[in-house]
Amino acid sequence: MEVYLDNAATTRVLPEVAEAMREAMLDKYGNPSSLHRLGLEAEKLTAAARGRLAAVLGCAPEEVIFTSGGTEANALAIRGAAWARHGEGRHLITTRTEHPSVLETCRMLQQEGWEVTYLEVDSTGTLDPAQLERALRPTTVLVSVHYVNNEVGAIQPITAIRGILGTGKRRPWLHVDAVQALGKLPVRVSDLGADLLSLSAHKIHGPKGVGALYARRGIRLRPLLAGGEQEFGLRAGTENVPGIVGFGLAAHLAEEARPLAAEHMRQLKVEMGARLLTEVPGCRINGPPPEQGAPHILNVRLPAIRGETMVHYLEERGVYVSTTSACASRRHPVSHVLVALGLGEEEAASSLRISLSRLTTREEIAFALTHIREGVAELGRIRMR
Amino acid sequence: MRRVYLDHAATTPVHPEVVEVMRHYMLQDWGNPSSIHSFGREARAGVDEARAKVAALIGADPEEIVFTGGGTEADNMAIKGTAWELRNKGDHIITSAVEHHAVLHTVEWLEKQGFRATYLPVDEYGMVDPGDVERAITSSTILVSIMAANNEVGTVQPVAEIARICREKGVRFHTDAVQAVGQLPIDVHALGVDLLSLSAHKIYGPKGVGVLYVRRGVRLTPLLHGGAHERKRRAGTEGVPGIVGLGKAAELARLQFDQRVEHYRRVRDLLWERIRERVPEVRLNGHPTERLPNNLNLSVLYVEGESMLLNLDMKGIAASSGSACTSGSLEPSHVLLAMGIPHEVAHGSLRMTVGVSTTEEDTAYVGESLGEIVDRLRAMSPLWNARVR
Repeated sequence: MEVYLDNAATTRVLPEVAEAMREAMLDKYGNPSSLHRLGLEAEKLTAAARGRLAAVLGCAPEEVIFTSGGTEANALAIRGAAWARHGEGRHLITTRTEHPSVLETCRMLQQEGWEVTYLEVDSTGTLDPAQLERALRPTTVLVSVHYVNNEVGAIQPITAIRGILGTGKRRPWLHVDAVQALGKLPVRVSDLGADLLSLSAHKIHGPKGVGALYARRGIRLRPLLAGGEQEFGLRAGTENVPGIVGFGLAAHLAEEARPLAAEHMRQLKVEMGARLLTEVPGCRINGPPPEQGAPHILNVRLPAIRGETMVHYLEERGVYVSTTSACASRRHPVSHVLVALGLGEEEAASSLRISLSRLTTREEIAFALTHIREGVAELGRIRMR
Repeated sequence: MRRVYLDHAATTPVHPEVVEVMRHYMLQDWGNPSSIHSFGREARAGVDEARAKVAALIGADPEEIVFTGGGTEADNMAIKGTAWELRNKGDHIITSAVEHHAVLHTVEWLEKQGFRATYLPVDEYGMVDPGDVERAITSSTILVSIMAANNEVGTVQPVAEIARICREKGVRFHTDAVQAVGQLPIDVHALGVDLLSLSAHKIYGPKGVGVLYVRRGVRLTPLLHGGAHERKRRAGTEGVPGIVGLGKAAELARLQFDQRVEHYRRVRDLLWERIRERVPEVRLNGHPTERLPNNLNLSVLYVEGESMLLNLDMKGIAASSGSACTSGSLEPSHVLLAMGIPHEVAHGSLRMTVGVSTTEEDTAYVGESLGEIVDRLRAMSPLWNARVR
């Protein structure tokens, strides 16, 4: 049995998604900018996918900009907003637990003379909106907060954050990295109040290499890539038609499944959390309690067993989990998120991220639990000797 | 209805073997290459293999290959990345008037940021004079970017010579080889380039993936930050399906290079012959010999290019007037204008680019169809009627 519980890193592409992409490549391979029939057919495919994303977000199709992935969406949102508004002020606010693509982009802007405030989070990984209120300055032009943390599943109070930003013409724009929220939580932009919102296909059983940025009408960004009028002039380059088609279908299916899927994942996650706490001595939950937080991410720390050791132990038994985000796991052994939650280095290093998808079954969770339990016993024994 | 696709410079159909390998990496080995478990390692192996195949196609080392979201991103990364990295050394960039907009608009954008740019002219065939490059280089020049072959008229630039001049003067050299790869023997060492852009969807690979070749030792400021991907040169989870698709496309382009090029040349020449036989007052745009083997760019006098395109499309023939990226615009091609071609002649231009599936029968069909269309359109043209009278 193979049990993949690393769905926050990436997910399997659905066969129907791969099939739609195959057709787009073999039959409707035109360049959407071409004026002939094949070009128009390709343009129709991207328009349909854009419509599907717009339906999920509750926005107009012209507010959806396709990108090469979540990282580019975050970069376009932050740099694009910074470049567009640098005359109004040069201060940004974000949190310490953002994805590296947000944090690193902010650091680059700091090198270019921008000031950035990195807000602290509480021990569950949640931001207190009052903190944001205190950090706001007249020169703040952008607030970038993720909806769901990719390591511990903390959900940020986006609506409350948006409330603080006010309604003035010069108010800061709100960017929401919703890469981990899509398919798990409602992402209707009008409810969230987001001005900018990033998404990625490969976290929802779509392909890697494609993402999207929602940019509210009236938000004028500066593009990251020059050289063509594609994506309403905001992202030059021939559209990744197969990727966009795959993303459209994956997003549609994820949203359609979401109410039941979220409930399903939540049940499994709560069950797993409860059993780990009772059956594995010394086990602790990192981040919000399993009943809260995103339905698909469970982060636990095991007593004095290195997360990496456990990942390999479980892998040999067909269970795939991770220690931290995939983007960071080859570099930093210690997660910046767990440290921000107040964990010591030792504690952070003995943590595991278990992440579910709507395709995860109860049997898979039971199988994983058995091996984690055995692993803790076995690895703990070796350590004791 | 017969369908003839003559717009391979805009994009190519994806090779079925490419689609198959992409499917495998979506349905079987679909892990995140950065994950440390076996799902991740298998995906990583796929990316590594693709990197080696692209490197083999252009004579590079695998570590010199950076995967991007396409040719446009590769061009942006080469030019902005150099400008940002070397801004303390100088502020001057040299390019040509006939570059793709991914280069031109990027340079124009940098001008707004305080950089200075020289746009070199071209001759009547669209060719840059290497002597002009040499004369334009000053002590503050940090980059020269000249395309390997033009996307509209197919003119092949003297890139090796320009690269040699740049090397002698110690100036970094980038070439946009998006159209050249797969059609010209491209070896980064023989050419002597520092940076080279290529795109998958022009060589029977998928859209949404490209490469920037970065010669060892050349440092760039990245466009995308936030991860150690691509040796810290391009953050973001690797677009594995696209990357392995590009790898397969690159392998096929290398193995089938001779036969493809010979085929392109043969059907392209046939096409030109068929058209010349059937259509009077038609002229070739671009260089008579130094041009891409698949490219035909012609002007039919006294006829609007857009009208011809529309009529060709109704006959199942897909061609273009300029590059696909600007095809929605009514402005005549900046490339043709830079070559000194008068507006009215530029307006009657057509680009036909052949591919592996183009047949001899296609060329006859297109020649005859274009002939009928031109006859009909010219019969309605006062200019043409005034001329023949």
